[in-house]
Amino acid sequence: MLEIKNLHVKLEEEDKVILKGVDLSIAPGTVHAIMGPNGSGKSTLSYVLSGKGGYVVTDGSATLEGVELLEMEPEARAAAGLFLAFQYPVEIPGVGNMTFLRTAVNAQRKARGEEELSAGAFLKVIREKAKALQIDAEMLKRPVNVGFSGGEKKRNEILQMAMLEPKMCILDETDSGLDVDAMKLVSEGVNALRGAGRSFLVITHYQRLLDHIKPDFVHIMADGRIIKTGGPELALEVEENGYADIVAEAV
Amino acid sequence: MAQLHAKQAKQDALAARLAGLDLPKGGWSAQARGAALARLSDMGLPGKRDEYWRYTDPAALNAVAPQPSDALRAETPIFTGKDKVRIVFVDGVFDAAASDPLDLAQVEITLLSQADAQDVHWAKPLYGTLEAVGQTPVPRPFAALNTAAAQEGLLIRVTGKAPRPLHISYRQTSNTSDVMLHHCVKVEDGAALTLLETGIAGARSNVVMEVQIAANGTLHHIRPQGRAHGKHLLTHIFARLAQNALFKSFTLSMNGRLTRNEAVIEFTGHDATAHIAGSAVGDGNFHHDDTVFVTHDAERCESRQVFKKVLKNGAVGVFQGKILVKQGAQKTDGYQISQALMLDDDSQFLAKPELEIYADDVICSHGSTSGAIDENALFYLQSRGVPKRAAQSLLVLAFLAEAIAEIDDEALAEDVRARMEDWLARHEGK
Ligand SMILES: Nc1ncnc2c1ncn2[C@@H]1O[C@H](COP(=O)(O)OP(=O)(O)O)[C@@H](O)[C@H]1O
Ligand SMILES: [Mg+2]
Repeated sequence: MLEIKNLHVKLEEEDKVILKGVDLSIAPGTVHAIMGPNGSGKSTLSYVLSGKGGYVVTDGSATLEGVELLEMEPEARAAAGLFLAFQYPVEIPGVGNMTFLRTAVNAQRKARGEEELSAGAFLKVIREKAKALQIDAEMLKRPVNVGFSGGEKKRNEILQMAMLEPKMCILDETDSGLDVDAMKLVSEGVNALRGAGRSFLVITHYQRLLDHIKPDFVHIMADGRIIKTGGPELALEVEENGYADIVAEAV
Repeated sequence: MAQLHAKQAKQDALAARLAGLDLPKGGWSAQARGAALARLSDMGLPGKRDEYWRYTDPAALNAVAPQPSDALRAETPIFTGKDKVRIVFVDGVFDAAASDPLDLAQVEITLLSQADAQDVHWAKPLYGTLEAVGQTPVPRPFAALNTAAAQEGLLIRVTGKAPRPLHISYRQTSNTSDVMLHHCVKVEDGAALTLLETGIAGARSNVVMEVQIAANGTLHHIRPQGRAHGKHLLTHIFARLAQNALFKSFTLSMNGRLTRNEAVIEFTGHDATAHIAGSAVGDGNFHHDDTVFVTHDAERCESRQVFKKVLKNGAVGVFQGKILVKQGAQKTDGYQISQALMLDDDSQFLAKPELEIYADDVICSHGSTSGAIDENALFYLQSRGVPKRAAQSLLVLAFLAEAIAEIDDEALAEDVRARMEDWLARHEGK
């Protein structure tokens, strides 16, 4: 599904190298988790994959189903099936959540040569999916993420993911700032999307989330590289001992 | 010496301008016209050094002849879904054939040129009066010129709740037309009207509207000014509100070499509300000026100014807005916001927000900002599959939303929003 090879990234504005050769291969239908200390480059990886500006790829490649991602506009990557649930979802005053979602869904359908969803059809689908995430009609009417609590923002990300039905989902610390109930809700939302060959890359600090969303592989990222890969037991090890030993071992 | 010189220049400009005009003698309006002329002789025409004209060069308005506008393009009609009474002016001249009969329940509508011949007319005490009041503390010579020289206009008296909007539709057929129109609107006790004003009156237009709203009266005014690029346009609204009166005025400006919209609002009765709002979008050779002066001279009144401008390719936006709260105007609620969204680094926004407050128990706030599109929001939208240009348009519309929200009628607001979307679609990219 997603193949990242020897990815090197630096900042555009300053000469700071952030990703120093990331290799990662995600097969269809699998769930991969990335853990790692703050500042190791996890969010940068997710941004570079989804096409945020401000970064320069100095080496390497990333392909989605064989298609080179790094040359594409962000909207084209989305239409190709990539989705990023933001660590910090952006507030957009003046744009209604519903309008935003409908615009996004139809833009992607259009880009893929599919017919746009009618207002009625869209409403039916979104009501159902919002309900499962306990997002009420009021929240759908409000401007995108404006005045949302941390938990509401994260649930809203999952709603977008559910509406857009991407192939490759990246979740950047979707669990941070969530209480136990909200975490459960979000995990159920994610798990409902599993299957159908859909792949996940889950960035998290906590084993907790991985109790709900069971990963097939766990990777540890430090200083711009993936320094260790293992099964779910690796997350437990991190939970017990932190990153220090793993990082020391890798040096 | 320099001052004397400047004063002389203003007088000379006025003399030249007046010489080029065919001043109507007027019937009952003669007295008001004469008084306006006297005021005007005192002021002269504005000069670049006038504080009030610091950001906007009055030269094109001073000139004896208007600068010819570009080749004319038909304006797409707006508010077509609304059942309304339409009155058409072509290059400032009433077009009876194109207009509906001047027949709207609860509303008396007369042409200034016809009414002026009558012996008695309700508009006599209003014509030129609010304009004269509006000359202090800041002189507005072009408004006095308009009172003196306007050949035509509408006199609108609202005696009850009008069942349909009244629509003043301007059309331009000559690219050298120089138009002065003077409207008077009197809203009686408890009466209500929605007034639509659309299009471009002429290559150069000077339009004055005097608005007097009695107790509990309501006037909604929505004014999309037409999208011709070559126009030079100056408007004044002088409004006086009695107790519990409501006045909401929204202006949409697209393109235009020079546009200055002045609003002079005065609260004389308590608990009245006035909202003055505008959205302006300009690309390239565009200069747009909103100049607003609100005087609170009564208790518990609410004024709100919301102005948003979208500027690109060297467009210039100006905002001069003042809230004056007189002694005794306690519990005044005054709000003012002016914001510019710059779509590139070439454009300019000049803002002069002012508060002058002589009462102690008031809430007044003002803010002025200018900035670029939020890159994070743009990326967020793109990452959801919204193409960059569409995402940009969405964000621009979101920026304008607060001003458009000042239109109460949802259908009219939607038409204005659609106009903005059209404009954005045409002006996407560089
Ligand atoms: N746009 C940016 N400007 C400056 N520094 C950045 C930027 N993006 C990332 N960095 C730096 O890159 C490093 C990795 O950050 P990030 O990818 O957010 O890490 P993580 O998500 O693993 O905590 C940090 O040192 C961070 O400060
Ligand atoms: Mg991060």
